[in-house]
Amino acid sequence: MTATRRPGRTAPEASVEGGGGRRVGIVCPYAWDVPGGVQQHVGDLAETLIRMGHEVSVLAPVGDPGHLLPDYLVPAGRPVPVPYNGSVARLSFGPRTAARVRRWIAEGGFDVLHIHEPAAPSVSLLACWAADGPLVATFHTSNPRSRAMSATSTALRSVLEKINARVAVSESARRTLVEHVGGDAVLIPNGVSVRRFERAEPLPGWPGQGGSIGFLGRLDEPRKGLATLLAAFTRLAPHRPGLRLLVAGPGEPDLSGVPESLRERVVLLGRIDDADKARAYHSADVFCAPNLGGESFGIVLTEAMAAGAAIVASDIPAFAAVLAGGGAGDLFRVGDPDHLAERAGALLDAPGRRAELSEAARKAVRAYDWETVAADIAHVYETVLMGDGRDGERPGGVRVDSGSRAAALLRRGERP
Amino acid sequence: MALVAAILLVLVLLGFYLSWRATRLDRLHHRVETARAALDAALLRRAAAVLGLAAADGLDPAVARSLAAAANSARRAGEGDRELAESELSRTLRGALDGAEPPDTLVPHLDEVAVAARGVHLARVFHNDAVADTRRARRSRLIRLLRLAGTAGLPEYFEMDDRPPRR
Repeated sequence: MTATRRPGRTAPEASVEGGGGRRVGIVCPYAWDVPGGVQQHVGDLAETLIRMGHEVSVLAPVGDPGHLLPDYLVPAGRPVPVPYNGSVARLSFGPRTAARVRRWIAEGGFDVLHIHEPAAPSVSLLACWAADGPLVATFHTSNPRSRAMSATSTALRSVLEKINARVAVSESARRTLVEHVGGDAVLIPNGVSVRRFERAEPLPGWPGQGGSIGFLGRLDEPRKGLATLLAAFTRLAPHRPGLRLLVAGPGEPDLSGVPESLRERVVLLGRIDDADKARAYHSADVFCAPNLGGESFGIVLTEAMAAGAAIVASDIPAFAAVLAGGGAGDLFRVGDPDHLAERAGALLDAPGRRAELSEAARKAVRAYDWETVAADIAHVYETVLMGDGRDGERPGGVRVDSGSRAAALLRRGERP
Repeated sequence: MALVAAILLVLVLLGFYLSWRATRLDRLHHRVETARAALDAALLRRAAAVLGLAAADGLDPAVARSLAAAANSARRAGEGDRELAESELSRTLRGALDGAEPPDTLVPHLDEVAVAARGVHLARVFHNDAVADTRRARRSRLIRLLRLAGTAGLPEYFEMDDRPPRR
């Protein structure tokens, strides 16, 4: 197997973007009608691939039969709530779902099957079992102690070893995979749908005359760093009578550090929907991402960049990388409210600098735009397909796994 | 009678199990083979892209010559020094392109080189992943004892420096 070079093989002529439309089957293990990161990822990926000229079919569990489904979605059955990976996931499993998965694969005629979270005991695992042919898998979980993954890793191996290409959405997701299952994966980050955030009306009454700072994220999760921002606001606000703080996100904030007289200038919006989220990014003069760490990839940050916000963010490595080392947004020392107050204050006083940063952020975020990310994923498909169906022994494309073949025992090592 | 039936049943089950293990291993060998074909194609595409860049207008002639030389020796390298030659091409590319401000006429060539270099990285990770899975499977006692791998050689990793130039 070491010397399988074939002299007659030449480089493909088609470029990645123009690789021709492929038939892609995507499997999402979580209920489509429940909002979640993986579902969002799969939806954005499917829509971008379709715009690029590929044919896409997405298989996912759907609980609510009245839920409006996109054209590309094929329901895989009703999900049941299962405690998985530290929270309750809505998954589909069982013989009826398995039969639907097999039928979807048999009738789909896919060139490549892209399975998300293949270890999730749902349609993803069923699809891994049922399919044979070019398989791509994306790992989203970054959980160093994922019981689901380690307890079953030996059993999982026989399933995961069918996968031709493994993709991880973040460095920590890659580490989780390597530690539990072994092997390696390429890193392709989550995309941000720039079109969704590019343009939006500010929320009524914002940004206002006296200057404003925006924040978005869970309010009761210390790692999101709201405490640092509140402390910085407490330093800035007394000298700036019109300054307001816009805080959006679920949870109860701890405002005990903010003096009574300033509290009315901290405006809490609570949980907001997607449309208001886009508007919130356009509603403040300065957008702040004060996270203390633990962010493998700042999705909030890239959304703010897509909206062209003037950003001041903590200098954790993930943020510094996304903000091009400070070129696309100001960085302050993580957890240091004085430094944040100084940086945010300087930005509030310099509209020219804010316009510059806004322009730079819009430019830098293009690398994370779904158009770019989906092109990279299509490149993975082309790489996997480059060797598929060439040896004449197996047909190309995805088909239903015929199970063990006794012939394999007789065929040992026949190929070079 | 019952004993014979039980033995037969065990033999049949064992047969199914062995066939399943052999199928898995066969599939792994197939995966390594297709991954290797994809890696070869990706490396050839990169060499071709670099030669295209070297032949384009707007590049410093000395840089163009070193790029073309590195790409050609990567294409011609035999099995033994392929990894070295491909790594040398990666280094030459970085030396030529890191921090350079190329004229607009080169942008299509640079884009093609960037995509091709990314393809080498993707193909290499997938190949080495397949090799790792296959080698682990072949360490299994059952597979060694019954020689389920047959005459297939043990696949080798492809180790090279594939860090792309900065854009």
